[in-house]
Amino acid sequence: MNTVVAGITYRALLGRRRIFLLLLLPLALIGLAVMLRLFGGDDPRSAVLLMEKFAIGTMLPLLGLIAGTGVIAPEIDDGTIIHLISKPISRPVIATTKFLVAASLLAVFAAVPTYFSAWLLVANEEGLAVGFAVGSLFAGIAYAAVFLLLGIVTRHAVTIGIIYALLWETLVGGFVQGAQKFSIQQWAESIADSISDSPFLQTQVTLGFAVPALVIVTVVAVYWSGRRLRAFSLTGDE
Amino acid sequence: MNIELAQVSRWYGNVVAVNDVTMTIGPGVTGLLGPNGAGKSTLLHMMAGFLAPSGGTVTMDGTRVWKNHHIYRDIGLVPEREGVYGFLTGWQFVLSAAKLHGLANPIEAARKALATVEMEEPKDRRVETYSKGMRQRVKVAAALVHDPPVLLLDEPFNGMDPRQRMHLMDLIRAMGTAGKTILFSSHILEEVERVAQHIEVLVAGRHAASGNFREIRRLMTDRPHLFRIRSSDDRKLAAALMLDDSTGGVTLGPDGLEVRAVEFRRFAWLLPRVARDQDIHLHQVSPADEDLESVFAYLITRST
Repeated sequence: MNTVVAGITYRALLGRRRIFLLLLLPLALIGLAVMLRLFGGDDPRSAVLLMEKFAIGTMLPLLGLIAGTGVIAPEIDDGTIIHLISKPISRPVIATTKFLVAASLLAVFAAVPTYFSAWLLVANEEGLAVGFAVGSLFAGIAYAAVFLLLGIVTRHAVTIGIIYALLWETLVGGFVQGAQKFSIQQWAESIADSISDSPFLQTQVTLGFAVPALVIVTVVAVYWSGRRLRAFSLTGDE
Repeated sequence: MNIELAQVSRWYGNVVAVNDVTMTIGPGVTGLLGPNGAGKSTLLHMMAGFLAPSGGTVTMDGTRVWKNHHIYRDIGLVPEREGVYGFLTGWQFVLSAAKLHGLANPIEAARKALATVEMEEPKDRRVETYSKGMRQRVKVAAALVHDPPVLLLDEPFNGMDPRQRMHLMDLIRAMGTAGKTILFSSHILEEVERVAQHIEVLVAGRHAASGNFREIRRLMTDRPHLFRIRSSDDRKLAAALMLDDSTGGVTLGPDGLEVRAVEFRRFAWLLPRVARDQDIHLHQVSPADEDLESVFAYLITRST
């Protein structure tokens, strides 16, 4: 962890207009929760639906994409990354710092609003709010790592990330039985399910698979990010 | 410190950007001269550890450069691309460089570096409000903040106004005299001549020439020159010039003569005398190939 790298990265992501990108979806989530509450949908069933479909299903991967790629891809694009990598700091340290920044942003902009909106609907009933918040936190950490790696290995990180987040996670991960095992979203729900005792929440993936899978994906992605950054090549204009 | 390149090549797919280059950059100022697209940036990126050579080795005092972040203690780098965070002020940018280097007194180092490039006054403005020349100077300040023995600059004078250019040239010369190893790339011969004690010429990825600026100048003046001449009697002048060995060939056209001079000095001496002796009036004598591209083209045919 390097505090100077972290400071610059936070400023790049939170400065001025960029912060709205991070705020948009959480505000939408809270707005939906408020509306459900106003129109009498504040029951556990609606809460689970909102969490599954929007908080974990849509908001989390998209925020993961914005934060995970956002901590490094724009710098690689405009060449400012040279400022960091031309210093006597090991590249894995830079990658790890970037990962921690992205993960902390996801905790603030995804896990906290997830907790808050679930709490708006069902308070602490059936452990739903805590369950989804913890699930969202761990899945957010994994997303931060995966999208960071994506931002380093390809210049088309956002496009590939959107395809992954929407196609794989929502369609394939949601409907194809075998593929569900390999979906960060499903792992998040598995954690939520293990904490909550809501009958409306049912997951296909066991906790025994989800937790090691999350850990492995995160560790491998961060490690690989460091390795890739170490061999990072600047392609000149020539 | 020395930067050593041994048979260094770099290719992108089928395109060869740098082809079998061997050179040593020692203390003092070295200019890397070559036309756009010659592979100067590629070569600099390999020296700076931002690109792996496809073949050969790049070392700094015997230490491998690629995948070795420790070298940045000794290297200051001024990249060609903007590469400056627009949302930081000049001060924050240079200070962050000092902190990233883990300097004992980053504030003092940043202050000194900004003073060196005369950027104290606008230092509290955001970089995005700077002119290109100011950004360039802030980049130089960030590269100098840890007082590195080696400085690599990619087209450092681009975008600077004449006064800033002069100032940076003085600065580079002074650091070279102080024993730092400085390499800067440029496609402008005059720039390189004015700053560098030593010149390496890169053409189409190949190391075409090497020497001090006098040697490079001589190489460039001794090549065959092409002149366009209009006179009161082109045919008579052509015949008279052909009698001397300094003339390699003459083409007579409707717009005058095109003369290929194989010995520049002798030809320059000869032409006015021949005209006088033959009572011919010279209306126009102009070099037809004085641009740098043709100089480089000559150097590359010479090196093959």
